[in-house]
Amino acid sequence: MTTNTAPLSRYRTMRRIRSFEERVGELFLRGESAGSMLHLSIGEEAVVGVTDAMQKGDTFTTHHRGHGVFLGRGADPARMMAEIGGKASGYCRGKGGSMHIASHALGHLGANAIVGGGIPHVVGAGLTYRNRGTRQVSVAFFGDGAMQQGILYEAMNMAALWKLPVLFVCLNNQYGMGTRVDRSAGRLAFGERAESFGLAAAHGDGTDVEQVHDVASQLVVGARDGRPGFLEIDSFRFYGHARMDKSPYRTPEEEEEGRKRDPVLKARERIIAEGLATEDEATEIDTDAAEEMDAALESAVTAAPPALDTMFEDVFAPGTPAPRPQRDRLRAILSEDAA
Amino acid sequence: MSAIETTYRDAIRQALLDAMEEDENVILIGEEVGLYGGAYGVTKGLIDLYSANRVIDAPISEAGIVGTAVGAAMTGLRPVAELMYVDFIGLVMDQLANQAAKSRYMFGGQIAVPMVLRTQGGTGRSAAAQHSQSLEAWMLHTPGLRLAMPATVNDAYHLLRDALRQPDPVVFIEHKGLYTMKGTLDPETPDAGWGTPVIRRDGKDLTIVTYSRMLHEAMRAADTMAEAGIDAEVIDLRCLNPLDEAAIFASVQRTGRAMIVTEAATAGSAASEIAARIGESCFDWLEEPVVRIGGEDIPIPVSPSLEKGSIPSAQLIAEAGLWLMRKETPAWA
Repeated sequence: MTTNTAPLSRYRTMRRIRSFEERVGELFLRGESAGSMLHLSIGEEAVVGVTDAMQKGDTFTTHHRGHGVFLGRGADPARMMAEIGGKASGYCRGKGGSMHIASHALGHLGANAIVGGGIPHVVGAGLTYRNRGTRQVSVAFFGDGAMQQGILYEAMNMAALWKLPVLFVCLNNQYGMGTRVDRSAGRLAFGERAESFGLAAAHGDGTDVEQVHDVASQLVVGARDGRPGFLEIDSFRFYGHARMDKSPYRTPEEEEEGRKRDPVLKARERIIAEGLATEDEATEIDTDAAEEMDAALESAVTAAPPALDTMFEDVFAPGTPAPRPQRDRLRAILSEDAA
Repeated sequence: MSAIETTYRDAIRQALLDAMEEDENVILIGEEVGLYGGAYGVTKGLIDLYSANRVIDAPISEAGIVGTAVGAAMTGLRPVAELMYVDFIGLVMDQLANQAAKSRYMFGGQIAVPMVLRTQGGTGRSAAAQHSQSLEAWMLHTPGLRLAMPATVNDAYHLLRDALRQPDPVVFIEHKGLYTMKGTLDPETPDAGWGTPVIRRDGKDLTIVTYSRMLHEAMRAADTMAEAGIDAEVIDLRCLNPLDEAAIFASVQRTGRAMIVTEAATAGSAASEIAARIGESCFDWLEEPVVRIGGEDIPIPVSPSLEKGSIPSAQLIAEAGLWLMRKETPAWA
């Protein structure tokens, strides 16, 4: 009989995400992050149930709170942390940061800071895969805030209409910035909305990564066969919207209750209870994650910032006319020999 | 293939057809592009030549159409998204300006969005305030977008073929008043390369910079001016991004006078941008102020007389030119 070690691997990934996010907070406190627009996914680590159900070659987009998704799809935390610090060695050469991190090689078609902005891109990716018959799937990850954006419904309709290999995943963490979801939606049955478009809909328990993995796996299989789906994962955003947000719009009691719904602790208890790891082995996983993320943090702090001239690169493709630097223009206008 | 006489509309259709024939990654997506054949008939019959997988009739979801094109371009297709009227661009501006235009940059050069957004604008059909605008300044103000606006049959073909070879998103704005215009299409010979203006008429007294349908008004105005002994040079920009401003400056430095003629509302327009550049770079050569002749700063009215009166005419351009040359003051001045 073989032991299913996947839960152990998923626990490891969840712990790495938790450790990573904690160090993003530390990066900010040390004044080493590029700005404070840092949206931590602590409390939403059960998303690993989805990233683990995807295959190599599958693509995805994320929105504000996507660090965990990207780590779940194999991101290098050092390059992520460098990007969040605005460093040249970051995934986007210090041009995107936390909110616009991406990796073409890992299928990350981009993190988006326009709520819902990245959702239709998976529909386009789905068209590519359908036309080419490649059997890839593209997954959009977004929050409950995007459930109120029109673009989501345009995208859902097109995915259903054209039977595209697409999955929509809503991490419902109960808050769109400071507005609780019951203050922004007239009816909270989001799965029914998706079903009404003709999508296969399922519900994930954000405290139970294995349950999320089970339902996500079924949806991914369906999507791969041209049956697009929607998954809502219930979770709780442990901290504020962004790093500066102290959550004045919710009570300490609500936060305390919410943080009891900790998917990382629950996964840890489970691997021990199922005999996949001893307490010591689980602690070793935790320690390894902490050390890995400490190293990522330190490497980001010491990494070099981008050279100033690189700001003009990547507006357009290399070899095509680039934007003209202001100083060049002024020199041409104002220098004595210009006339 | 040798040169043929055809229309602006069919030249665009031919460009799409040739591009689709050459590269199976080229797809068309938009409202009514398939069975209907395009609101102005540009894509007529293409769905019969290619499958519905490549000529995709989309629901009335403009943002979704452009967003889908962005995702398709990111993953290897060469989408041509059609926006029926440029006036609808407000519906797609996030997908165009925040997504298509910025992806390469935000993602540090990893992810390209080689798509073309075909649309059409301009007056001439009494289509009123929401179907007649010239909104190119909105694109020009967005780093990361290329912008082409053909005025001739040959350019309608070649600039679209060029647009489909660009590694970055291109907005391609046709003019609804030009679709039935006849002209010569030489598939082998473009008038100039991508991003290069063409001098449509040589002149030594005055430079008129223009593009799209206003080229034809400017050419008629130049004829009128010639009768008064004024020799106007007419430059057709063809592309507004990339913009080869050196060609404009060389002309203005020869003539010492410049008028920029566009159909768009004048405030904050492409004409304003070009005037500013001429002012900065040709200051020492200018004999007179740089003059913008544009659309009135009003919504486009439906009444044919009001509509026509709200945009530059050959007569207005000629009157302004003669005035600028201190030849003749218009009666209304």
